[in-house]
Amino acid sequence: MDLDHIQHKMFEAIRQPLTADEGMRQRTLDGKSLRAIANEIIKPNDRLTSFERLEIYNRQYWFRILSALSEDFPGLRAVVGDRRFERLAAAYLLDCPSQSFTLRNLGSRLEGWLRAHPEHLVKVEQVALDMVRLEWAEIEAFDETAKPQLSEDDLPALGPDPKFELQPHIRLLGLSYPVDDLLLQVRREEAETDIVSNAVTERTRQTSRRRRLPRAERIFLAVHRFDNSVYFKRIDKEAFTILCALRDGKSLSEAVDAADWSGRPIEDASADVQQWFAYWSAQGWFCHTNQVRNK
Amino acid sequence: MPANRFNGFTEYGVGIGLRIPHYNHILSKKPTVDWFEIISENFMSDGGRPLHVLDQILEQYRVVQHGVSMYFGSVEPLNREHLKRLKALVRRTGTPWLSDHLCWGSVDGTYSHDLLPMPYTFEAAAKTADKIRQARDFLEVPVVVENVSSYAEFHVSEMTEWQFLTEVVGRADCGILLDVNNIYVSSRNHNFDPLEYVNGVPHERVAQIHIAGHSKFEKYILDTHDHPVIDPVWSLYARAIELIGPTATLLEWDDRIPSFDEVHDEALKANRYVAGKVSV
Repeated sequence: MDLDHIQHKMFEAIRQPLTADEGMRQRTLDGKSLRAIANEIIKPNDRLTSFERLEIYNRQYWFRILSALSEDFPGLRAVVGDRRFERLAAAYLLDCPSQSFTLRNLGSRLEGWLRAHPEHLVKVEQVALDMVRLEWAEIEAFDETAKPQLSEDDLPALGPDPKFELQPHIRLLGLSYPVDDLLLQVRREEAETDIVSNAVTERTRQTSRRRRLPRAERIFLAVHRFDNSVYFKRIDKEAFTILCALRDGKSLSEAVDAADWSGRPIEDASADVQQWFAYWSAQGWFCHTNQVRNK
Repeated sequence: MPANRFNGFTEYGVGIGLRIPHYNHILSKKPTVDWFEIISENFMSDGGRPLHVLDQILEQYRVVQHGVSMYFGSVEPLNREHLKRLKALVRRTGTPWLSDHLCWGSVDGTYSHDLLPMPYTFEAAAKTADKIRQARDFLEVPVVVENVSSYAEFHVSEMTEWQFLTEVVGRADCGILLDVNNIYVSSRNHNFDPLEYVNGVPHERVAQIHIAGHSKFEKYILDTHDHPVIDPVWSLYARAIELIGPTATLLEWDDRIPSFDEVHDEALKANRYVAGKVSV
């Protein structure tokens, strides 16, 4: 039996979902005997059968990725509850196993998968989806690149109707629930841990306190990084529209025109826009564009 | 002997792993530490706090990179994106050597994030050595491979683990990160004499040594890195030092991490063996 064959057989086995008591199943999901697979490739010893030795790796695989996903999405766990989170996490990771050398990307497909599997979010669908979007935005904002900030001196190079480029770490979210407050509350209660090590992961059943879920409320957030910490900044709907337009490559005038200003006096709107841009610039949200670099 | 071409001709002493719970202590107190080992994958991002902290550490300390997901033993080709990011980090840290594990862990682009054991065959040795050479050529830094703890053995194996390690590093012409705790764990799980392992590896290729604690279960031992080093592992370490000479040594402590001082004190026990004050 060659190396390729052994690795495919063993990998298929260790990726099989665990039983309810966290042991290895007797059969794969498509009906093959896991005992037969274990006996075919792995030697028993005086204490463990081939099946039991393979089971150690089966358990480790799941313990490690379940633990990593749980660490990345404590807010989702708080929204759906511990038991439901364990079930949806196992189902997600079965459908969407890691395709990255880093565990950081483990949850990259979670929002899309949950939208396709709303049965895991009965009664909390929208608040859970909002939370997943926020938690993934937080992961991206944490370690995305930061480009040199745009300074006042750079502005003339941008021309009369400038196109501002947002920092790559900024994520803009329109949410139906104020999940930012809930996530901050959850984050305050958990300890920071390393992302990966080469040690075996022991199974620790995480439990989260039951929490009152927020009432529906439309909010707009800029998730950004300042001084190496991630912040959730609530912004007005019009500011959100402008930032989205700038992110999508629109010029300043196009971005401002994209917002709905009805019902707001022009003087107030103008003052707001000026105030927002002053704040965004102070926070370093705009970065050098090609125009500036070329000058 | 310890300064050799596999560790960039360096004479590093006793280091510890750089872990998040110790960041504040290290950055504020600036304790004297010979060197830190970082898990490369924790710093292969584009920006943010991990790289900011790393840059601060690099201003004060020597850093060596240790990886967990190169998977030299996987049949599939090396991940080019991974290599590119790793190379950028190598340039940032100036690591004199870079280590990863003698194991496999991915199939068809899907990752286990585990260190899966190799079947000890000549075919596996040849394929693994090829990938180590490719990685070293791309990264332009000495690459050394670490023996892993294992919980299973394969029917197809044609040699012992230490013979396989010798075969791989000979074919790849690379160094060894000798983990004496992993040797102990595997020896208990597979009923072999750990001294035979330590005696049997090519000592001139050892670039670095790992020590760590582990957890005992009824029928096997798990490599959990959550306890102090036990005496039998210190004995193996002493024997390794006797055979190899004083070698860059690192204590791994990854779970239930105690205070910085406790971890560092545990690591510094290694100096007693290096100085010959404690015999085997």
